[in-house]
Formats: sequence, C-alpha cells, structure tokens
Amino acid sequence: MRDLFAVVMMSGIYSLISASLFLDLDAVDVAFTEAAVGAGISTLLMLASLKLVGRYEHKSRYKPGLALGVVLVTGALLIYGTLDMPYFGLADAPAQLHVAPRYINDSMAEIGVPNVVTSILASYRGFDTLGEVVVVFTAGIGVMSLLLVSKQTKEESQTMVPADMRQQIILRVVAKFMLPLILLFALYVQFHGDYGPGGGFQAGVIFAAGIILYTMLFGLSNSQKLFQRKKMELLTAVGVLIYGGVGVVCMFMGGNFLDYSVLRHDPVHGQHLGILLVELGVGITVASVMIVIFFKFTWRTVKHKYKE
Amino acid sequence: MEIVLDIISWFCLVTGSFFCLTGGVGLLRFPDFYSRIHSASLTDTLGAGLILVGLMFQAGSAIVTAKLIMILVFSLLAGTTASHAMAKAALKSGLAPDDAGGKEKQSEDSISKP
Repeated sequence: MRDLFAVVMMSGIYSLISASLFLDLDAVDVAFTEAAVGAGISTLLMLASLKLVGRYEHKSRYKPGLALGVVLVTGALLIYGTLDMPYFGLADAPAQLHVAPRYINDSMAEIGVPNVVTSILASYRGFDTLGEVVVVFTAGIGVMSLLLVSKQTKEESQTMVPADMRQQIILRVVAKFMLPLILLFALYVQFHGDYGPGGGFQAGVIFAAGIILYTMLFGLSNSQKLFQRKKMELLTAVGVLIYGGVGVVCMFMGGNFLDYSVLRHDPVHGQHLGILLVELGVGITVASVMIVIFFKFTWRTVKHKYKE
Repeated sequence: MEIVLDIISWFCLVTGSFFCLTGGVGLLRFPDFYSRIHSASLTDTLGAGLILVGLMFQAGSAIVTAKLIMILVFSLLAGTTASHAMAKAALKSGLAPDDAGGKEKQSEDSISKP
C-alpha cells in the first residue's frame, strides 16, 4: 500500500478491534488504554506527521524478500514457543497460581482500592510503571530534540497563525460545545481510576486529545496563550519528578522506595494517597508529552507553509 | 405495562439493527463517495441511536438511562459532525458530488467559499 493515509487508518482500526477484544476478555483498563492511546492519539500523531512528510510513499528499490523471510522465521519460532504454554484460561496455569490469587485476595485489605488493576499498576508494580513513565518522558525528549524549531518560527507562531481548519464553522461550534466535556471526562478518568477503569495514562491522553482538537480548530497561537512551550516542556519533567519524589519521600519516612504505606499513620490511607499522587504524575507527564509532540509537528508545518 | 415497554424497546432495537445493516450494505454498494457517507452516517445516527433508545427502555434504573442519554447525545453530535467534516474535506479536495467515479476535478471557483 503506497497511500500512507490508508495505512494509518488501518492501524487505527486494528487498535480499535483489539480494544474490543480486550473488552471481551474483561480487561477493561487495557481496552480503555488501547482505545485511547492506540486508536486515538497515536493515529492523530501519525496523521500530523503525514502532514509533514506527504501522503504517498515513494517507490523503493529494495527487495523485501529477505525481510519477509526473517519475519516468517521469527513468527514460526514464536508460534513454536507458544506450544509449550498452558492452554488459554487453564485454571492451574502458573499465572493463575503464582501472584494473581494474592493480588485478588489481599489487595482490598492491603491497598483498599476497589479497582485491582490500579492497585497492581500503581502500588504492587509501581516500579514498572515508573519505568513506563520514564519511557514516555524519554520519547518526548527525543521528539523535542529531533524536531528543533528555530527561534524565528517560534516568534512567528506567537503572532497570529491562522488555524488550518478555520473555515470549518460547524466543527468549531460543536468542538466548543464538546471540549469542556472532554476535559471534564479526562479529569474524571484521572481521579476515578481507583474505583473504575481508568488512570493516569488514559486521562493524560484524553486531556491531550482535547487540547489537540482545540489547536487544530482555533490555531496554535490561541492555544499557546494557555499552554506555553516552556511550561509544557517543564511539565513533562514535573510528572516524572512527582512520581519519583513520592518514592523518595517514602524512603525518607522509613519505608522502601514507592512503599506508600508509610506516608500516613494508617497504611491503607497511605496507599490511597500514594496511588493518587503517582497517577497524577503519570497523567501530567503523558498529557504534556503528547501536547508538546503535537505542537512540535504544528510548528514544523507553520515553518514549511510560511517559509516557501 | 411491562409488556408495552418490551414491545417499544424491541421495536427500537430491531429497527436500529435494520438501519445498521442497510447502512453497511449501502457503504459497500453505493456508487459514489457522498452517497456512501450518507449510508455510513445512517449507521451512526439512526442505527446506533435507535438501539440506544431501545436499551433505555430496558435499563430500569435512572442512572443507567442517564448514562445512555449522554452517550446518545454525544454520538449524535460526533457522528453527524464527522460526516459533515468528511464531506466538506472531499468537496475541498475537488471531488464533485455529481460525477459517479469521482475522477473529474472541480474548477477552483465552483468550490463554495464559506
């Protein structure tokens, strides 16, 4: 397929279908993340990058035979590897016997959060999640340093740069109506993550999607009045620092790194506070990284449009 | 009373499913882009909308009904706006509504300036 637009749409549809698959398997949190990140914001960012690189792929001269062979051999090996795995949903599979019963039986007494996924993600496996947030942060830094924007372009973007879709009156009216709802829903997902599906990752992505929608319809210079570049770049680090800082505070108060039980007198209250703060850090980092990446793309487009 | 609610709800569900089905058939069978958009948006609005209304009669509790109403309002707004944006984008990129294949380019001044 040479039409990259169709490729992006296909990958979005693939994400949406796998989200429904996860939902069918009762993995609501994973489905939510897949729908928000895979089908939502990554499709959006890929479309934004298509605007920079053009819609159609150039004819390439390489022969894909070797690559296809490597993929086939690797795939065959992976499928061969799955033959040793226990059957799907087997009751005495190691995954069901080892840590899962402990999480399911004890998390209500130890963590006190109704959504077990949140307690595993933010507390039992808090260190892994810290790693994920650092990965998001690093990706943000990578894009920021790859797509350097000259000072002149920055100044131009401060002056009124018209939005690409400013003629779309109906879109603007509907978006104005829906934007508060989108941002409110993001906050709900963020702070209700302890009780229902949701959490920092999904909330950050939804919040960023709202801001990106605003930027597309009302122009970069309008949305930069609130979301200034310096502040957003700082906020990407602030989220990670909140996360790590909670861990360090736990150490100062006599516990292990990211062991929230020591934050309050009552261990369960400490866990609640720790999970809330950690999820907040995740949300801030994810949202600001997504917004910064989109702003970078938009700056490049502005540069191309007004230089030539 | 219950049987009346059930009948209304099933009527809505079946009609909604019918519109979803015809929307899908139309998406595959209609000749040009704009009529295809029409059938796709039919699935969004009338199909999904009627199914949601049918579910509202089955919901029972007020909170579930309220949530379904919110989903209905949101999907009505988003679906119709998306169809409108798609049609407008196609028109702007030069696809004339009346030619079936969509190959001919529209001349610049015939595209309406809002």
